[in-house]
Amino acid sequence: MAIFINENSKVIVQGMTGSEGTKHTRRMIASGTNIVGGVTPGKGGQSVEIEGKTLPVFNSVSEAVAATGANASVVFVPPKFAKAAVIDAIDAALPLVVVITEGIPVHDSAAFYAYAKSKGTTQLVGPNCPGLISPGKSNLGIIPADITGPGRIGLVSKSGTLTYQMMYELRDFGFSTAVGIGGDPIIGTTHIDCLRAFQDDPDTDAIVMIGEIGGDAEERAAAFIAEYVTKPVVGYVAGFTAPEGKTMGHAGAIVSGSSGTAAAKKEALEAAGVAVGKTPSETAALMRKILQG
Amino acid sequence: MDLFEYQARDLFESHNIPVLAGAVATTADEAAQAAEVMGGRVVVKAQVKIGGRGKAGGVKVAENAADAKEKASAILGMDIKGHTVHKVMIAQAAPIAEEYYMAILLDRANRNFLVMASVAGGMEIEEVAHTQPEKLARVGIDPNVGISSELALEIVRKGQFPSAVEKDVADVLLKLWAAFVAEDATLMEINPLVKTEDGRIIALDGKVTLDDSADFRHADHEALVDKSAANPLEAAAKEKGLNYVKLSGEVGIIGNGAGLVMSTLDVVAYAGEKYGVKPANFLDIGGGASAEVMANGLSIILGDPEVKSVFVNVFGGITACDAVANGIVQALAMLGDKATKPIVVRLDGNNVLEGRRILHEAAHPLVQQLDTMDGAAAKAAELAAK
Repeated sequence: MAIFINENSKVIVQGMTGSEGTKHTRRMIASGTNIVGGVTPGKGGQSVEIEGKTLPVFNSVSEAVAATGANASVVFVPPKFAKAAVIDAIDAALPLVVVITEGIPVHDSAAFYAYAKSKGTTQLVGPNCPGLISPGKSNLGIIPADITGPGRIGLVSKSGTLTYQMMYELRDFGFSTAVGIGGDPIIGTTHIDCLRAFQDDPDTDAIVMIGEIGGDAEERAAAFIAEYVTKPVVGYVAGFTAPEGKTMGHAGAIVSGSSGTAAAKKEALEAAGVAVGKTPSETAALMRKILQG
Repeated sequence: MDLFEYQARDLFESHNIPVLAGAVATTADEAAQAAEVMGGRVVVKAQVKIGGRGKAGGVKVAENAADAKEKASAILGMDIKGHTVHKVMIAQAAPIAEEYYMAILLDRANRNFLVMASVAGGMEIEEVAHTQPEKLARVGIDPNVGISSELALEIVRKGQFPSAVEKDVADVLLKLWAAFVAEDATLMEINPLVKTEDGRIIALDGKVTLDDSADFRHADHEALVDKSAANPLEAAAKEKGLNYVKLSGEVGIIGNGAGLVMSTLDVVAYAGEKYGVKPANFLDIGGGASAEVMANGLSIILGDPEVKSVFVNVFGGITACDAVANGIVQALAMLGDKATKPIVVRLDGNNVLEGRRILHEAAHPLVQQLDTMDGAAAKAAELAAK
């Protein structure tokens, strides 16, 4: 088991014929993902050769689903066209859509999130995220597959490279699934969605949750943990020393006044029984201690 | 991007939201001129992107042009919570009968947009929410549905506006929503929205935040950028497409990925406590750390006179460590004599052994490698203290 994806995931890549799309399709196939085709409007009927696989290209997601039985999509479409691509996938009732694209206007994300919610048949991950990996089973996005193998830790993080760093720190244990949910103000899958799924996943024993400054998602996650999660959770929040009023890379990462500080998030998590590390290595050590008893 | 009040006013006007005459001035003479043109009483308002300017003495009523000149010269150059006043807005004075509140904003928690409207305006809305919650309408808006005339009226009634003005206020709300969508805003706030003594509804002061990610469909937003405010290093970095924030410390930081760089700032700050040093900047070179990007990043950081050492912290993901190592070597070759500060490099992840080998063989006298993030942060802090 794993959350959201598994060895049965049949994946299409929206924007597969672009340079990013092609590069990452190659990597996803190399790490064992069952890629069954791609979607690029206007290029339907063509096929491309990637990693020794001949992949058909379709004009729309619904055509791709009809022909291949795909049940998930990874979106590498540039910001200008991302909204149309995601709406296309929602219209095809694709169960899982992972939006890697960075820099999508928040009005567009708000629109496709609301659309997905109203349809109720598609779970979005991202945008502006590295995707998710269940090592050895499936890899949807850009998380390097060779950091670590399968294991029993679940990981959820806003940040891509911090996901990789934490997977590396705990590489001797391995992961059931690692999910990079993205750092944008509006994201389809939240910390809470992942925490719930990890709690319900019989193959996950413990959870690492990585947050960062800005918003109150970590505080809400803390409240959820207190109420629902019985598995051990360790946490890390990036940005303890970030100054007020400066956006740190992610569109959502900003401390304004007293809200969104790392200290407030740490406090909320600790109140929910989560052990919070001050650095990635300290966080990994906390998890190590839990797993080794 | 946050706008100045005068920019918000102009933007409102362009979307037919009722505003009073207003003009921006950068000198006392310009302020006097603007007041002269407007005639009568005016208000001289400091243009800073921070709240609390009224209490700080940044808003003054002037009886005539000469008075406006005097008031403007007192306000220009003033420091308000660390923001220097470079511009004032000269606004027509209006006899105010009542003050209301209205805003539309991105609601991250509910992942939609939120309208707030209240008959109780002119103060901090948090205070209204706390003390008179029954007077504050808070209504979530589906981005794909928007605000209909009926909904606008319903919101206004919920906000307990007097029935005599509810139609006009609802009309302002509809226009504000149209502006919010058309401009790709994440915040549009009118506080106060006023009723004048002659019964007009007017947006007296506004706050607007625009979504930078939507710049590709708003060529005109470029003109709203406040170039005077940017730190010269930040401006240079922006020109090169780098995600850089200047801080006040001694250890220059380069990393890949916003989260990892934020984390690096923390680790360096902790390590620096012992040496009395802090991170000098945030710089995320992103996933594709080519030699050129690395060179641009290093040159920005080495151009900061406060920087005493540099910490390059990379976790090789998509861009492998050997590419990053080659980038560092080539960057140092490109910089030549301009590279004068010790550089601590920590590489991990994809192809790390090859990356470390490349740096080891290049044996640049300024570069030293450490295997862990904590160890490298401690070394960079120690070097900055020397």
